[in-house]
Amino acid sequence: MLEISDLHVEVGGKEILHDINLNIRDGETHVLMGPNGSGKSTLLMAIMGFSTFNIREGTIRFKGEDVTQMPVHERALRGMGIMFQRPPTISGLKLGKLLAATSKKKEDEILALARTVNMDQFLSRDINRGFSGGEIKRSEILQLMMQNPDFVMLDEPESGVDLENIHLLGARIGNLLEKEVQIVNRKKSGLIITHTGYILDYVDANIGHVMCDGEIKCHGSPREILKEIKERGYKECLECRQK
Amino acid sequence: MPPEINNEQGIPNEDRERLALSGINLSLAGRCGSYFQMNQDVVHSTCSEEGIDVLPYSEALKRYEWLKDYAWNLVPKDKDEYTRYVAEQKEPQGYVIIAKKGSNNIFPVQACLYLGREQVQHVHNIIIAEENAELHIVSGCASGTHVGRGGAHYGISEFYVGKNAKISFTMIHTWGQEIEVYPRSAAIVEEGGTFLSNYVCMQPVKKIQMYPTAHCRGRDSVARFSSVVIGTPGSTMDLGSRAVLSAKGASAELITRAITKGGTIISRGHISGQVEGTKGHLECKGLILKDGIIYAIPEIEGKVVGTELTHEAAVGKIAREEIEYLMSRGLDEEMATATIIRGFLDVKITGLPDALQRSIDSAIDTAEKSGF
Ligand SMILES: Nc1ncnc2c1ncn2[C@@H]1O[C@H](COP(=O)(O)OP(=O)(O)OP(=O)(O)O)[C@@H](O)[C@H]1O
Ligand SMILES: [Mg+2]
Repeated sequence: MLEISDLHVEVGGKEILHDINLNIRDGETHVLMGPNGSGKSTLLMAIMGFSTFNIREGTIRFKGEDVTQMPVHERALRGMGIMFQRPPTISGLKLGKLLAATSKKKEDEILALARTVNMDQFLSRDINRGFSGGEIKRSEILQLMMQNPDFVMLDEPESGVDLENIHLLGARIGNLLEKEVQIVNRKKSGLIITHTGYILDYVDANIGHVMCDGEIKCHGSPREILKEIKERGYKECLECRQK
Repeated sequence: MPPEINNEQGIPNEDRERLALSGINLSLAGRCGSYFQMNQDVVHSTCSEEGIDVLPYSEALKRYEWLKDYAWNLVPKDKDEYTRYVAEQKEPQGYVIIAKKGSNNIFPVQACLYLGREQVQHVHNIIIAEENAELHIVSGCASGTHVGRGGAHYGISEFYVGKNAKISFTMIHTWGQEIEVYPRSAAIVEEGGTFLSNYVCMQPVKKIQMYPTAHCRGRDSVARFSSVVIGTPGSTMDLGSRAVLSAKGASAELITRAITKGGTIISRGHISGQVEGTKGHLECKGLILKDGIIYAIPEIEGKVVGTELTHEAAVGKIAREEIEYLMSRGLDEEMATATIIRGFLDVKITGLPDALQRSIDSAIDTAEKSGF
């Protein structure tokens, strides 16, 4: 699905990501962990192609095609989708209007889908204006449900979400990633950033990566890594690899 | 229902479409009354709603002796060359709409001023809502596609909003590249009254200059001005609105959304809080798509302790981040930009009947379809 090789990404003249290599096959879901400011969101934004994130070196291949220089919407149309950690507020643009513009779905279909994530009351509000942390996540997941991408990138889907809504969001994310489909037949892939690991209860995550200072320093079972981090903190977790 | 205006009366099909864009429904469907002036000729003037008069200016002055005190009362004759021009006319034209005490129109009255040739079209309008009346008007102004240099429109409008009455006046302009437009308007709002003035101009115009004033002199009176405009290359739009709050509880809101893709837009606003217990907010948001100039001049003037006035002005371009956010959902850059612009222009006006909000929306939608 996604192959990243020797990727260097710069933001505002400063290199943030150094030499990233990552391979996510069809049907696989990977988890990305790492301390604040280590470059996790930067990686997702660079994969999606946002212009702030300058690719200095390396390539991103998606479904066998080199997409390194491709405009954002071309990537979306080829099946990439992203849940933002901090999406922009757009004055005057209603969530409902945005969903209609991007999905070509009819009003009643949109309303029905919005209900499933308790967002039906938000369709006539300016997108992200005054949305609470949890509401942003629900609005983002709703947009992804409309889009139904083959490769789903989620930037901290559970942070700021209450327990009840984690369940709701988790279930939707599970659907997006075809959790209910047998592994051998599963086509959808994912890359999920998490600090807490709550999301692991709702998806079949195969591999976990730890990012530190703009590099992927360690790979392994997501739960093992999480346990390690919880017990010893990032510092030791990363040191273990240096041995 | 009054009879339909037919093609024979001289309106080419393409211009009929321009009128429709200005909120004018030639079949009169969904309208309770209609005034139609073509150049200087009154084509018709009619109203089926009980308690509402729609009359040509001269006829109204003949019918109602008292009306003369309402003419040139809020707009002085010698204000400028345009008012003087209109005042000097031997045969003044325009309309008078009077909503009698307690009347209420669900379907709006339409007032259409159509300029079909190169001349100065002049009108003098008086609009009155008596005590407890509610009056909704859509004023569609359009020029013929072919009308070239020399076409101009001078319009005097005087609004009287009585005690607990309400007037909504929605003006949608569809002029041409060579047309100059000088509206001169003022309103008086009495106790508990509401004056809503909406202005939409999505089409080219050579020059438009106006600065209507609402005098909120009654307790708890309200004035709200909303303008949504696009400045195309070669257009100069000098648009202002002013509210003078001179009674306790009076409030005003002046909202502008301006986009330029090459034209010059000057957005003026002035709220004067003259007594305590008054409140006003002025908001101008401008987007520069291409070249063009947006010059926002908000003025708030508090004369006493206890007037609460605020303003907010922002002029800029669309943030790249916003465009790419929509692109990440699959819209190409152009579509993403248009969707954001459409949102930017989406001003929902409280207290406006659905039919009029739809007229505003569709004027903007048409501009969106042609890629703004
Ligand atoms: N637009 C920008 N301008 C300057 N620096 C930036 C910009 N975007 C990101 N950075 C910097 O890049 C580094 C990585 O940021 P990033 O958002 O990728 O971290 P993260 O791993 O997602 O952290 P968190 O867990 O806190 O979300 C940070 O030091 C951040 O300040
Ligand atoms: Mg982050």
